[in-house]
Amino acid sequence: MAADLLALRGITKSFGRVGVASGLDVTVSAGETLGIVGPNGAGKSSLFAIISGDLRPDSGTVTFDGTDVTRLPPHRRTRAGMGRTYQIPRPFEKMTVFENVLVCASEGGGRRKRAALELAASTLERSGLGPVANAPAGSLTLLQRKRLEVARGMATDPSLLLLDEVAGGLTEPEVAELVTLVRAVNAEGIAIVWIEHVVHALTATVDRLACLAGGRLVADGRPADVLADPLVRELYLGQAVTTGEDVA
Amino acid sequence: MSGVVVRRSARSSRFGAAGLIAVAAVLALLPFVAYESVTSSLVTLFVLVTIASMWNLLAGFGGLVSIGQQAFIGVGAYTVIYLADHGVSPFVAIPLAALTAAVLAVPTSLLAFRLRGDYFAVGMWVIAEVYRLLLSRVDALGGASGRSLEGMAGMDQTLRAAATYWAALAVTVVAVLGCYWLLRGRVGLALTAVRDDEIAARAAGVDVTRAKRIVFLASAAGCGAAGGVLVIDALSVQPNAIFSVQWSAYMIFIVVIGGIGYLEGPILGAIVFFALQELLSDAGTWYLIVLGLIAMASALFMPRGLWGQVIDRTGMRLFPVGYHLERHVGTGRA
Repeated sequence: MAADLLALRGITKSFGRVGVASGLDVTVSAGETLGIVGPNGAGKSSLFAIISGDLRPDSGTVTFDGTDVTRLPPHRRTRAGMGRTYQIPRPFEKMTVFENVLVCASEGGGRRKRAALELAASTLERSGLGPVANAPAGSLTLLQRKRLEVARGMATDPSLLLLDEVAGGLTEPEVAELVTLVRAVNAEGIAIVWIEHVVHALTATVDRLACLAGGRLVADGRPADVLADPLVRELYLGQAVTTGEDVA
Repeated sequence: MSGVVVRRSARSSRFGAAGLIAVAAVLALLPFVAYESVTSSLVTLFVLVTIASMWNLLAGFGGLVSIGQQAFIGVGAYTVIYLADHGVSPFVAIPLAALTAAVLAVPTSLLAFRLRGDYFAVGMWVIAEVYRLLLSRVDALGGASGRSLEGMAGMDQTLRAAATYWAALAVTVVAVLGCYWLLRGRVGLALTAVRDDEIAARAAGVDVTRAKRIVFLASAAGCGAAGGVLVIDALSVQPNAIFSVQWSAYMIFIVVIGGIGYLEGPILGAIVFFALQELLSDAGTWYLIVLGLIAMASALFMPRGLWGQVIDRTGMRLFPVGYHLERHVGTGRA
């Protein structure tokens, strides 16, 4: 079996007395899709911050593509092939959509000149943002902003894409469009780790599902098994864990 | 496969760089036809355009608001004084003044970049004061009372005025075109992203600190050259004047009324500021009151400055740094 693309070992992080990760172990193989669910405050966004380098863990190691990246700053991780989106979209508002994607292709993707322009243009095409390419990113709708987050992540030419609640706040048809996009990205061999509250979007996409609670994984396995787990159901008490209906 | 067509310039921008060079060429002929008083006051305008362009680069693109850029004006001025003492022509010393300022900007940035936002702005002022106090202690450079510039005494008065004018013009053209060149390239794209959202820029793969250091050094170099021009124009230097925070106030005023984040902004703003200075030169305190009112009105009603208004009305960009995706044929799967 090939080595893991991403491996977190014994990650611990706390802010004062509030622990966001306690002895967390997560592994992702190349091309895999992993969904992460968990109640609010479970440490999901902190997990992404630790993976992408926005947060430095108190202890433990992050290994990416065979290299220890625990002490690497975020931009170096992006250049190494780790793309990410933010839960609240952070477009470069005064730049156009095309320029937003171009800067990712140029810096994160390491493309120069013509190659950067081509990667940016093809990424826009694939993510359905072609028609708004020259609009300022600040003028986009919520769905377009979420798509732009994904497109920017794609343009960094990643081997792993971290999606942070990209389906949140969208209507059902919009969620379906996004699922199609994410599956297309994965079909190109890009591994996906997707944190999401919209559980049916995850079950329509991922091979593997994990549940994060209290700073550690309390369940990890096939989506159906994880959602059937009594502990997971209890954590989601009051939040309907409707699993079956595939959106695709 | 490569059906991507990207346009870098708008129709109006054909004038941009070429137009600037044409204007500069006309201006370069001025000493032959105009009175010395005209060319002499234009030196002041050129210095204002230069330092405001540098502040715009720093704040408008690097997101680094500084009120201590006079540090580099002073360093540049003293470099010219020092080199002139050692037999270097003051005019040749101008590029060396830019270089010295850029070199000193490296340790300065290591210190100042530890501070963020408002703290950086004020911290830079403190650093400028430290430069002033240090240079005031060097007796060979005139100490606290300043010194006159050597090496210009033997020069014909008319020739000296013309040479000063040309030097100032050259520094301005290089500064403005340098900004344009920097921002049109890869660094410019990264910087614009940093300006809009620093955290997202890091996630996009931008080395934010490196990008900021590049503009900090470039801005220091431009201010250093401007300081060199100032000392050649005045033929002397006085530490309290050359390190005055007033220079930063001028830069901020010009950039705010001209339009921050546009290369055209500081040029337009400097012309307006220069005109106000000339018009109100006899108005005493009213001069400052009017400037204050204009700055406030501009911030309230024209947050994108005069050039923002021009863009809204005409869509004109003299120095386009953006990218316009014209056409994309085929899916071009990577």
